[in-house]
Amino acid sequence: MKYGGRFGQFGGFYVPEVLILALEEMEKAFYKYYKDKKFTTELDVLYHDYAGRPTPLYYATRFSELVGFKVYIKREDLLHGGAHKVNNCLGQGLLAKYMGKTKLIAETGAGQHGLATSMVGALFGMQTKIFMGTIDVERQSVNVHKMRLCGAEVIPVKGGTETLKDAINEALRYWTANVADTFYLFGTACGPHPYPTIVKHFQSCIGIEARAQCLEKMGKLPDIVTACVGGGSNAIGIFSAFVDDKNVKLIGVEPAGKGIKTGKHAAPLNAGKVGILHGTKMYLMQNKEGQILDTESISAGLDYPGVGPEHCLLKDTGRAQYVAVEDKDVLDIFDIFTKCEGILPALESSHSLAWVYSQKGKLPADTTVVVNLSGRGDKDVDIVERNRK
Amino acid sequence: MKTYKQTFAECRKASHSGLKRAALIPFFVIGDPDFDTSFEIIKAAIDAGVDILELGVAFSDPIADGPTIQKADIRALASGINIEKAKDLIRKIKSYKDIPIGLLMYYNLIYQYGTEKFFVDFARAGVNSVLIADLSIDDVDEIYAPARKAGLDTVFMVTPNTEIERAKKIAEKCTGFIYTVSLLGVTGGRDTLSDMIKPLISRLKSITDVPVCVGFGISTPQHAVELAKAGADGVIIGSRIVKIIEDNLNDKKSIPAKVKEFLSQIKEAIEAK
Ligand SMILES: Cc1ncc(COP(=O)(O)O)c(C=O)c1O
Repeated sequence: MKYGGRFGQFGGFYVPEVLILALEEMEKAFYKYYKDKKFTTELDVLYHDYAGRPTPLYYATRFSELVGFKVYIKREDLLHGGAHKVNNCLGQGLLAKYMGKTKLIAETGAGQHGLATSMVGALFGMQTKIFMGTIDVERQSVNVHKMRLCGAEVIPVKGGTETLKDAINEALRYWTANVADTFYLFGTACGPHPYPTIVKHFQSCIGIEARAQCLEKMGKLPDIVTACVGGGSNAIGIFSAFVDDKNVKLIGVEPAGKGIKTGKHAAPLNAGKVGILHGTKMYLMQNKEGQILDTESISAGLDYPGVGPEHCLLKDTGRAQYVAVEDKDVLDIFDIFTKCEGILPALESSHSLAWVYSQKGKLPADTTVVVNLSGRGDKDVDIVERNRK
Repeated sequence: MKTYKQTFAECRKASHSGLKRAALIPFFVIGDPDFDTSFEIIKAAIDAGVDILELGVAFSDPIADGPTIQKADIRALASGINIEKAKDLIRKIKSYKDIPIGLLMYYNLIYQYGTEKFFVDFARAGVNSVLIADLSIDDVDEIYAPARKAGLDTVFMVTPNTEIERAKKIAEKCTGFIYTVSLLGVTGGRDTLSDMIKPLISRLKSITDVPVCVGFGISTPQHAVELAKAGADGVIIGSRIVKIIEDNLNDKKSIPAKVKEFLSQIKEAIEAK
């Protein structure tokens, strides 16, 4: 490997020997193509014509009135597939194509990454397999259906907590046996090097656009940028453009599930300890001995015990702050925001809206906040309905 | 304490019609299906005349393992195994017989314990080496010095897709043996030997004198014999044995004898080859 993939003490590539060659190939290909004229032109066209970039920055009038300060929404929910995941999937999918790979595999929690990978698999004519925990297959059944319609094979993963972590375990095992022709299209800015770097790169379009749109619409940079944090891809995508703007506060929002104190959550930056899982050193939910703990969150896409290594560093340096909100507040804001704006936010993205709402009355009226609305909530209508009772 | 060196030297001496005898190395998850049964099973393996023990400490997310060993990990964890108990079992094994023991683990358990302290404490308990499934030669610096300082040998994996220059680097850092993975994939019993393993053994033999022990998928006496003939210094049999445990959970008392019988067959086959 040419680079170590380190973010301070975090990151690295802690994987079995058998996967090293594939990661090396991927690193090499990424650095060969990511600035290549032909590659970037092709990707830009796909972003524009296929995914629907650039996405608007929308001033949420009524929600702003409600909270008492100015809230702008980065509309990643409008993208094809319904979430920011397509940015990364087009980028990695194109990379796979340039590398001559013919098969894609991916893990998925909410099904958004699985769906985006399935779309890209169809687009590039690649055989696609999606690994998904059985619990998620059930709670995100609409997306399972869509993946299958795109021609992907959805492989339900039993064992463990039957959620995102277990889907990653199984995808890694499958990859181990099929490294030669299969490209593992990883869904978030986590996992072994080079994934955190690659995923950040392909998601950085969110921040680059948002920053320019702020300057255009507000004539200045925002005071706060906030995003939900599962593995951390949508958050690092928008944060990355603002990291050097020292006056812009960066707030990542983790899922507190039933409450941090109950232990039933998925908030490693708030309540985890440094450890190693899925190839990377990161904050991790684990017991004293290092066994990984079960996680809990109403949003399948955030239900993961670890978090991307760059976020771990941003936390330690204090450049970003990571807070957590509970399921009940997420459900409340899903209703409030939808009634206010007529926009259904994904339960994942609702976490950052819930944090914004928690600041109601606490921030000066001229405060400007940009919320990365990472996805739309159509997939969550059933869960919200079930939890209302 | 008996070393790998002594064991491999003994095996070489026990050569038969010009061919050295391969060391027989069974793998068990410590505490599978429970502490006491696990001890009985391992004693039975020792009685069958195995040369080295490869022991796993159960981890919640074993990404290099197939279903058989995943289930063994779950059984061991459910029966209440933890790091301290694993250490206790190792001590008990060592007082039963002084046999070399290699641990096979995932990094997080070691990292949380404290890498240096882990190596010191487990060396003291009687372990000869600690192989970390998810730590490659690229991060050798995180463990090599502390392991050597604690008096441990080092073992790293080579896989069929490891390039030759890299294999050389790995061999240089293996003071115990090279854990040679027979196939591309995770652990699990297989009906046939991978066609990648014999060329891999030859490649390794052309670059190093470090003993080459082959694991992953080795399931039958025939496999063991073929590998020994191909030059392997040791054969590691994991899932196939763990499966005996899985298949006899309703009659745990019968497991040690069944494991012993199976290992005796393998032993006989490699001795008579
Ligand atoms: C809409 C949406 N937002 C956020 C996430 C969380 O992922 P990440 O933290 O990588 O952005 C997901 C994951 O499935 C998602 O579907």
